[in-house]
Amino acid sequence: MIDLEPFWITFKLAVITTAILFLIAVPVAYWLSGSKSKFKTFVEVIVSMPLVLPPSVIGFYLLLAFSPSQTFGKFLEEHFDIRLVFSFPGLVIASLIYSLPFMVHPIQSGFAGLSPTLKEASFSLGKSKWQTLTKVLLPNIKSSILSGLVLTFAHTVGEFGVVLMIGGNIPGETKVASIAIYDEVESMNYHNANIYAVILFAATFIILLSVYLTNHRLEKIRGI
Amino acid sequence: MIEFNLHKKLHAGSGIMQVNFEYAIKEGEFVSIYGASGAGKTSILRMLAGFFKPDAGTIAFNNEIWFNSAQKINLPPQKRSAGFVFQDYALFPNMSVKENLEFALQKGESKNIIDELLNLTELEQFNSRRIQTLSGGQKQRVALARALVRKPKLLLLDEPLSAIDNELRAKLQHILINIHRRYHLATILVSHDVSEIIKLSDKTIFLENGVITKSGEPATLFFPEINDEKFTIEGNIIKIEKLEIDYRVTVLSGNQTVKIKVAESEAKELNKGDKIIVSSKVFEPVIQKISAS
Repeated sequence: MIDLEPFWITFKLAVITTAILFLIAVPVAYWLSGSKSKFKTFVEVIVSMPLVLPPSVIGFYLLLAFSPSQTFGKFLEEHFDIRLVFSFPGLVIASLIYSLPFMVHPIQSGFAGLSPTLKEASFSLGKSKWQTLTKVLLPNIKSSILSGLVLTFAHTVGEFGVVLMIGGNIPGETKVASIAIYDEVESMNYHNANIYAVILFAATFIILLSVYLTNHRLEKIRGI
Repeated sequence: MIEFNLHKKLHAGSGIMQVNFEYAIKEGEFVSIYGASGAGKTSILRMLAGFFKPDAGTIAFNNEIWFNSAQKINLPPQKRSAGFVFQDYALFPNMSVKENLEFALQKGESKNIIDELLNLTELEQFNSRRIQTLSGGQKQRVALARALVRKPKLLLLDEPLSAIDNELRAKLQHILINIHRRYHLATILVSHDVSEIIKLSDKTIFLENGVITKSGEPATLFFPEINDEKFTIEGNIIKIEKLEIDYRVTVLSGNQTVKIKVAESEAKELNKGDKIIVSSKVFEPVIQKISAS
């Protein structure tokens, strides 16, 4: 019988990463879409780095940072009794960094596509920045938000290099589906690897299909 | 009374332009700002609304200070009692017509004002429609109604009628006049349409490169030479006929047509479709071209 736990860990990791990244990405994307600050380019570069850097580079530096023998890891362990390396929380942090551009970019372009007068109109009607964000701006970029959520989720599901570097392959803790496939192939269990792969393939297909269908429907409602 | 004195350096297409704008508007007064595009008209409205910070100056509404650079006072748009109608309407696509208006209600405020405004702007039958399904003229009316929900003391209109065809424009102008009579708001209209300005406003400001060049009553400013005539009619020429000695020009003004006899020399200057003003010196009408067809 094939072990389904890697799927559960993958799913948990993807949901947590997506939820946290959404909360981080909205303010970052909002700032990037409207800012004229000279730091903007710098922040944009940082956000986009995970798109081009090999996952093993990110994984390597995170491994060094989290390691109890290094300053940051030592600090965490001594003061908070937290060890991030080869642990699920460490995997979440790595995924947050690795998937950041997949959430920020769609939301940023959603904000940038809105007329700046929407925000001003809301202000002149006496609404605060928070009310403007939650009642006017975010509801009008639903399809961008949906893209961000799904891309982040799917990307976290498919993550391999970073997970292997930072999480290792601890069953029940850090062994996600993509690692499980690699593991089965290494042990020459092609049959099991195939089952894992087919499930991942089908899940990804269904997720993307439903996103595209929903987006088309949203566009129809908006009359675009 | 709203008094303001605005100074701002703008980076315009033609280089740097210095806006120096000082004016006072009485309660219930309808003032238009007329000028070429890039003269700084919209920037002035945006500074009054609080979207755009002047480099220096003051804005005061009666005793309430909205902006004072010396005292470092700069009320945010939320705290200024100014309604703004944007050129691109700025309606919220995620809300229906009525929801757009309801969004502007303050907490605990009665919804009566919304029904009243929907009625005034003739939008009752559209109240549950989505914004995307409305025509330009309808959108404009929603934007106007929405700007009035908070009962502002100052209404700022940024070329609200520029994107609308002539027939609808007349209807909207009529609605604007009604609203102005009813709420007695200090209103500033940015426009480059002469007939609209004459029809709607009490005062006009000519703006050139950020500076007022002339101000006063609109008809006097635009047509100083016909200042003392008995009456004036505005309209478009729909027909020019040659009679035995002279010419007959048929002018459509609103829903009425007026036929006027003109000499050949005058008729040569006119074309079908021209927008004109007819003014009468007791028995002798004078025709003045406003814009070519």
